[in-house]
Amino acid sequence: MAKLVGMEVSLAVAEAARLCDTDVVAAYPITPQTHIVEHLSELVANGKLDAEYIPVESEQSAMSSCIGASAAGARTFTATSSQGLALMNEMIFIAPVLRTPIVLAIANRALSAPINIWNDHSDIMTIRDSGWISLFAENGQEALDLTILSFKIGEDPQVSLPVTMNIDGFTLSHFIEPIDIPSLESVRSFLPPWKPLVKLDVSDPISIGLLGTPESYTEARKATDNVLVASKTAVDKAFKEFKERFGREYKSVETYRTEDAETLLLTMGSISETAMTAVDEMRDKGVKAGLVRIRLWRPFPAEDLKEILVKAKNVAVIDRHIMMGAPVGPVGAEVFSILYNANPRPKVKNFVLGLGGRDVTRDDFHLIVEKAKSAPAQDIERYELVGVWE
Amino acid sequence: MPREIDAIQKVGDLPIGFTAKPGSTLEFKTGDWRTLRPKLHRDKCTYCSFCYVFCPDGVYQDMGPQEKYYKPDLNYCKGCGVCAHQCPKQCIEMVLEEV
Repeated sequence: MAKLVGMEVSLAVAEAARLCDTDVVAAYPITPQTHIVEHLSELVANGKLDAEYIPVESEQSAMSSCIGASAAGARTFTATSSQGLALMNEMIFIAPVLRTPIVLAIANRALSAPINIWNDHSDIMTIRDSGWISLFAENGQEALDLTILSFKIGEDPQVSLPVTMNIDGFTLSHFIEPIDIPSLESVRSFLPPWKPLVKLDVSDPISIGLLGTPESYTEARKATDNVLVASKTAVDKAFKEFKERFGREYKSVETYRTEDAETLLLTMGSISETAMTAVDEMRDKGVKAGLVRIRLWRPFPAEDLKEILVKAKNVAVIDRHIMMGAPVGPVGAEVFSILYNANPRPKVKNFVLGLGGRDVTRDDFHLIVEKAKSAPAQDIERYELVGVWE
Repeated sequence: MPREIDAIQKVGDLPIGFTAKPGSTLEFKTGDWRTLRPKLHRDKCTYCSFCYVFCPDGVYQDMGPQEKYYKPDLNYCKGCGVCAHQCPKQCIEMVLEEV
């Protein structure tokens, strides 16, 4: 049995970046992510991590510095939340096309307005289409493991793409959890030094960040999407290798009591732990409920997910973000699109909840499963907001 | 009949990370962005090099002490007129580029 250490999850993420021998950290503090970069700053200042720590003046500069550092061949890490990610947005879309495997931890927090520091998934959805690989952690151990895996996946020579590792702000980032911290040697052997496919080098100079005219932009964007979609193979390979090395198994799509389930809940992030408890309660009462959890949000694990969902009668898709003006939420939209041509296909209902830190309880999941079972399919499905006073 | 596609390279042939070797901009001719073209009146030219120094795109080439003037490479001149503005002898005239 490994020795478990009680540690705040944010600090565990920073420790993971240390174990990965990160070369450059360029970051700006923002709640609820601050403890991650604060701890990294300490590790560098105390000589525990031999890295360049760049305390930049904004998140736009943080991501600019990260792209430059990564292009020069440095293993690069940063973290942000909410408005910080919004300020990074201009540079975020550049990193994937330049194939810079930066790792970005996001302590997910609601976007303004109204100003709110608590958890939902509105921040990550703003960069949904940017070309970054996106992983969601459910608990502290996963947050540490997925940070290590983010470097492993991003730096795979078949991939060379940036990766976001998402943890729910406060509800995960600020909790103290028992965590198995692997040894530096074991992480070093799992994650050898990065060999960039292409890098800035004065002895063999190249230009990066070029103009893409109408004669090349389309091809450059498609090339990036091809690599992102194909990275699913590298993700699965990394998960397999991680299990062999550290004993903990991860999948792109996780399932809990889905065998023979009639109604499936579909979640991302830390509310899945609450959902599992709710599933246990429903099973005790004879309700055939199960839970499906998306760990890999981008590239979207369409085949894996479809295979699981088509076996159910009802699917309740949970979103933590209102996709304003659209009939359904972002996760809902993906699920409807992969199931549209399925035969037979389950009835799908899309629920939005837990916005701006509003508590998500077991009762919410009981209610959602009941609604997903009883509510008839609509001509055009629209999301239903759970727990709103209107 | 399939439509002709205005693309330089296939998706799979693009360099990783959309990079380029230094100097490759030479292959990218920008002269057709121009609406005005510099016309030289060499009789007034004193070979002072102001056009050569001020041109933001470096299109002026030194023709040497025999020829004693600077000649713009029209493959790259975008017709901004900085040379004409800076020339102390007003020997560069910007004329409309007509096809």
